Amino acid sequence: MEKGQKAPVQSEYAVEMLHITKRFPGIVANDDITLQLRKGEIHALLGENGAGKSTLMSVLFGLYQPEEGIIKKDGAEVKISDPNDANALGIGMVHQHFKLVECFTVLDNIILGVEPVGKMGVLHKAEARRRVLELSKKYGLQIDPDAKISDITVGMQQRTEILKMLYRNNEILIFDEPTAVLTPQEIDELMQIMRSLAAEGKSILFISHKLAEIMAVSDRCSVLRKGKYIGTVNTKDTTVEELSAMMVGRNVNFHVEKKPAEPGKVILKVENMTVASKMHKNNAVRNVSFDVRAGEIVCIAGIDGNGQTELVYGITGLEPLVAGKIELLGQDITRQPIRKRSIMGMSHIPEDRHKHGLVLDYTLEDDLILQSYFESDFTKAGFLRRKNIRAYANKLIDEYDIRSGQGPVTMARSMSGGNQQKAIVAREIDKEPSLLVAVQPTRGLDVGAIENIHKQIVAQRDAGKAVLLVSLEMDEVLDVSDRILVMYEGEIVGQLDPKTTTPEEMGLYMAGAKREEM
Amino acid sequence: MILLLQYTLVFASVLMLVALGGCFSEHSGVINIGLEGIMVFGALGGALVMSKLPAATPAVWVVVSAILAAMLMGLLYSLLLAVAAINFKADQTLVGTAMNLLGTAAATVIVKAINTSANPNNPSATLQYISAKKAFLLVDGYEFNWFMPLAVILLVLSFFILYRTRFGLRLMSCGEHPQASASVGINVFKMRYAGVMISGLLGGLGGLVYITAGVSEWKFENGVAGFGFLALAVMIFGGWKPMRIALAALLFGFFRALSNVYTGFDLLSRLNLPSTVYNMLPYIISLIVLVFFSKNSAAPKAEGVPYDQGSR
Repeated sequence: MEKGQKAPVQSEYAVEMLHITKRFPGIVANDDITLQLRKGEIHALLGENGAGKSTLMSVLFGLYQPEEGIIKKDGAEVKISDPNDANALGIGMVHQHFKLVECFTVLDNIILGVEPVGKMGVLHKAEARRRVLELSKKYGLQIDPDAKISDITVGMQQRTEILKMLYRNNEILIFDEPTAVLTPQEIDELMQIMRSLAAEGKSILFISHKLAEIMAVSDRCSVLRKGKYIGTVNTKDTTVEELSAMMVGRNVNFHVEKKPAEPGKVILKVENMTVASKMHKNNAVRNVSFDVRAGEIVCIAGIDGNGQTELVYGITGLEPLVAGKIELLGQDITRQPIRKRSIMGMSHIPEDRHKHGLVLDYTLEDDLILQSYFESDFTKAGFLRRKNIRAYANKLIDEYDIRSGQGPVTMARSMSGGNQQKAIVAREIDKEPSLLVAVQPTRGLDVGAIENIHKQIVAQRDAGKAVLLVSLEMDEVLDVSDRILVMYEGEIVGQLDPKTTTPEEMGLYMAGAKREEM
Repeated sequence: MILLLQYTLVFASVLMLVALGGCFSEHSGVINIGLEGIMVFGALGGALVMSKLPAATPAVWVVVSAILAAMLMGLLYSLLLAVAAINFKADQTLVGTAMNLLGTAAATVIVKAINTSANPNNPSATLQYISAKKAFLLVDGYEFNWFMPLAVILLVLSFFILYRTRFGLRLMSCGEHPQASASVGINVFKMRYAGVMISGLLGGLGGLVYITAGVSEWKFENGVAGFGFLALAVMIFGGWKPMRIALAALLFGFFRALSNVYTGFDLLSRLNLPSTVYNMLPYIISLIVLVFFSKNSAAPKAEGVPYDQGSR
């Protein structure tokens, strides 16, 4: 692998992006942004969704050409017109969604694109294996070179991605939201790895909107907001509050304000529920029992893929139960169809807002009445009452501050993720449910939007509704819930009180290292 | 018995060659339903060369030129799929179906035109290649031909290319996760073109092998009687893996051969089943096999999905 041209002058910076401006029709995605990455530092890039982080990285990777501004490597101006140029300059990236071929082995994925070959393109894997194992040992990146990607943990997949960059002798490593998919223990490990890489002289760019992680691992932090460069600060001289104010443009309240819960009667009662899995032959949810009372927020915590999705499918009726019973407001709904459950007072903010939340090619107003179009307000003799629908949509748009290009007739697909989520929240909460099932309601949203949704959830609780929240985010679980149930391999392995537990204790339950008899 | 063996091997080599072709195309990410059409065009190329070569042509030359012509025609025809599916991001299933319809029809028209221009009283779509066909036989009087060793060589070569070379690794990555391939600097368009073109070469050759099986003339109205689809079934049953494809081809070839020669077996002819039952066998078996095996499918993940540089 070539390292690109070495500049004659010694520069303090590994890479500099100077006054980058990138416009798209109708929007300036990057407006005069300057980002300077020092050699051997961990530099965080902070910004809300849509702040221009991805565009900036795409420019660095040669996927977009900026209208203005230059890129310097080691002090010399360079031109990056495609990802191969970036590779040749020693710039590597761990994408948020891993770029790994699932049915290939770890080794094959690492060498793909830079395979050592002999005559006629015959692969020489032995040589590659030696180098990979060497790198793996040197940086403490534990992997099994012969395991298939589909069989290994997300953590190991990420280590594979890191090894991909190291194998290519990349000097500038970009991590795009690397912690989103990891357990707390894996996050600690990753931070260790990042520190040891930086100590070896690699320069690291760490894209994130998780402030705690930025504070923990980075040396400096640059903040973008709405396409503009806000500033760069030394992490050790700043605070979480200052960073978030820079990012959002106003002060954000991290701690969810709420009164102590006053649980009332049982709204949802789940008894010995078992749900089959689509992925494997074992049941995804095994013999789970719990209840949720009016006026409390019960949170299901756990690492992704431990049966939370199927648990919700079972409760909301998306999947039939193998065994067990569900009661809503004292009535058995085990075999009731989804619409019946919905009319009875169950609301569902689904995990995948594109798959189960919205019809992306419907207008906003149609998406807002998806569960109530058959009511007499909206339908008369089989015809939709367009006027009423429009009025209702406008009302929700105002109340919930759903922003879109053309109001009620905007295509859902063209809206930002945060506003799509607001639309779903509006629809589900406005139904006045007695039970709100919210699955990762803040996934992929920025702090401003998260604050808003948390407030709404707490308001529902205070209004005497039962809330079942499923979350993968440790902070969200601890902040929002009144009671925590930890799921591990399809079973509830612990009940914790958010006021007394710690992230470490939760982590042990989530990883299956600890359990209590329920 | 020896007859059954002969035909099993002939049909197995056809199915294996075409299925291997499909395997390359699908590993690159392009579903190739059009194998049937590619076979017809390969057959047309080979048959034209064989029927037009002077009778005195040396056997080696006949064999080589017919094979090359078949592969070339298959390759050219497969470019239709490549251009439509890769450049224009067309629906691959539709393009493949269109290629199958067009293949037989176009071949019929071309052969009729050639026949009537040579002799206005001969409007048939049949080409004869009696003398040329003999050049392919290994043992006089038996249907063991040069295609069988060639098929084995191509099988080993396919295995080697897919699993032991840089090209194979890159090709398969494009069928599984083209965005990952592109992110490490692989040109997905080129790899997919390569995959489709290899399927054209092997599919064309398979077409030639099919029409020379047992007969010395071919009526192009018949096309290749669904062998392209059987090859797809063989490919799926073989789990997109060359060695398993070879075994699957032998199995399907056996049942297809049985319908040709079942009268030679006392036991089978005494059952007194109508011949149509035996003719249906390979197709019915392919249905059953697909019902049971397509569930735990090992199909390349990104096959059928046009590659778009924008999506990440």
